[in-house]
Amino acid sequence: MVEGKVSEPIEVIAMITLRNLRRHGPRGITVRTPSAPDPAPVEDARQQRTAVHGPPATKPVVTVDRLRKTYGPAVGVMDVSFSVSEGEIFGIIGPNGAGKTTTVECISGMRIPDSGVIDVLGLDPQADRALIRESVGVQLQESALPPMIKTGEVLELFASFYRHPADTNELMDALGLAAKRNTRFMRLSGGLKQRLSIALALIGNPQIAILDELTTGLDPQARRDTWELTEHVRDRGVTVILVTHFMDEAERLCDRVMLIDRGKVAALDTPAGLAEREGGGSRLRFVPSAPFADQVLTVLPEVAEVGHDGQRIRVTGAGDLVSAVIRALGAAGVEARDMQVESATLDDAYVRLIHHAGHDHKEALRP
Amino acid sequence: MTTHAIPSRVRPPGRAFSELVKVETKLALRVPAGVVLGIVVPVIFLVIFNAIPALRKPAAGTTLTLFAQYVPVLICLSLCLIALVSLPIPLVTYRQMGVLRRFSTTPAPRSWLLAAQVVTNLAMAVTAIIILVTGAAVFFGVPMASQLAGFVLSAVLAIAAMFAIGLLIAAIAPAPAVAGVIGTVLLYPLLFFAGLWAPRQDLSPMWQHIGNYTPISAAVQAMEAAMQGHFPPAQPLLVMAAYAIVFSIAAIKLFRWE
Repeated sequence: MVEGKVSEPIEVIAMITLRNLRRHGPRGITVRTPSAPDPAPVEDARQQRTAVHGPPATKPVVTVDRLRKTYGPAVGVMDVSFSVSEGEIFGIIGPNGAGKTTTVECISGMRIPDSGVIDVLGLDPQADRALIRESVGVQLQESALPPMIKTGEVLELFASFYRHPADTNELMDALGLAAKRNTRFMRLSGGLKQRLSIALALIGNPQIAILDELTTGLDPQARRDTWELTEHVRDRGVTVILVTHFMDEAERLCDRVMLIDRGKVAALDTPAGLAEREGGGSRLRFVPSAPFADQVLTVLPEVAEVGHDGQRIRVTGAGDLVSAVIRALGAAGVEARDMQVESATLDDAYVRLIHHAGHDHKEALRP
Repeated sequence: MTTHAIPSRVRPPGRAFSELVKVETKLALRVPAGVVLGIVVPVIFLVIFNAIPALRKPAAGTTLTLFAQYVPVLICLSLCLIALVSLPIPLVTYRQMGVLRRFSTTPAPRSWLLAAQVVTNLAMAVTAIIILVTGAAVFFGVPMASQLAGFVLSAVLAIAAMFAIGLLIAAIAPAPAVAGVIGTVLLYPLLFFAGLWAPRQDLSPMWQHIGNYTPISAAVQAMEAAMQGHFPPAQPLLVMAAYAIVFSIAAIKLFRWE
């Protein structure tokens, strides 16, 4: 960002303070919680995240309590509660029609909940709509702009809507849109449209960015680029709420994921935690140097199941499965050869959770 | 941190609206369908009608020539094309494509997008009227309206009435194609009553009577009176005002944002 151009440390501090003042002060957001001046909470959050891959232990910026918003029977959000911490990428996953988009639309104030309490940066999305719109950037599932509008024009236009907009040129550089400044929206590729859409979500210098179906319809390279951009967004100090139905995306990007199914929270954890807890554990396959009784392994608390594929032994389980198995085999004088380990992925967890809930299996797998 | 008086209602910056008008104007000029329909087409008609010698004859019951009588008719043609095509279609397209929805996530009120469309089309309508009136006067010798205030009032009410109708189309049409059909269906009868195909005084009394209650025929009557130096009669002015009020209210009440 701009700090690179500034040589004097005092100026850097001044700029950061200025930014935080801009960020918190005039919008009247910290005024409601005057005990938390928090000069650089974002940096703290990032350090904590790299140390422990879990929820950053900062104050929540979004709290949703028993949200309900239905459209007819069994459509929409039935009962959803969660909170999002400052500086994290919070993923919302689930099958089509599970209530993901409805949930984020209630957070951004676009929909009025039937019941439940939502707190965004100390504000009520309905009562303080104007303030919420200043502080929450939204990227819509199907974003559309007038076909003839130019990239630069639409960014300048949207910048004019906010009281403290980001620098348009800087944002275009950061998102790789600078070369497309004079390109009309209709001429942009899917990936570039998505970048522009992200840029528009960030143009107001938001504290929270809601990104809905970020990479749907993009080719693999564009998806990867978009993921990197999303990480950049978080690194700018923006809390990200990411709605997705791609498990690889959630696994790669999210600090925590919430699985919504039929309008209710089915699980909420880190992607790794969810995969381990709900994904059916790890799978281990090896060829033993000598035959041994299954009980050698089945007695282990880590082991759930032992099976045979001809010569091969197949072990499923959880926790520190590999070392437990090797230790037990060693004690029995058996060596494990050609060992293959497969850990459960978020995808496994998703399919199991949704499948357990009684969905059609294919429906659950379909993105 | 000093505690400012927290504004409970945050207004977006004032320049947001001027930016919107600027961008909408650029877009309107980039796909100049509105400009072509609203300005170029009536001017072409004006030039063609001037080439018809039969129209140099005086119009019955007026101090104007038949050609001069076409000037308010062509103004109304322009207003119809702008209000029924150029104004509603982009708005309906915005709604269908989700631009209005995208807009509603920003601090700018979405009604500003509507207002910006109205301002852009208003500028187009005023330009068309000025070009037609001065063009007819300078090149074709049609005397300027001697009752200027009456003429301006007539034009303002005509714009208000037609824009209100256009906004109602924008409010209820679910797709641009539907808006196009509604606009076309309205366009031809309105132009018939305005006297585009045959002078109004040549219509049978029944049709003239019906025409008196259409906004466009009322506009032509009012402007014709002003061109002959009279202040326009009350009836056409009231008819236009009634259309403007009723249709604006309906448009506001019925406008679908999503």
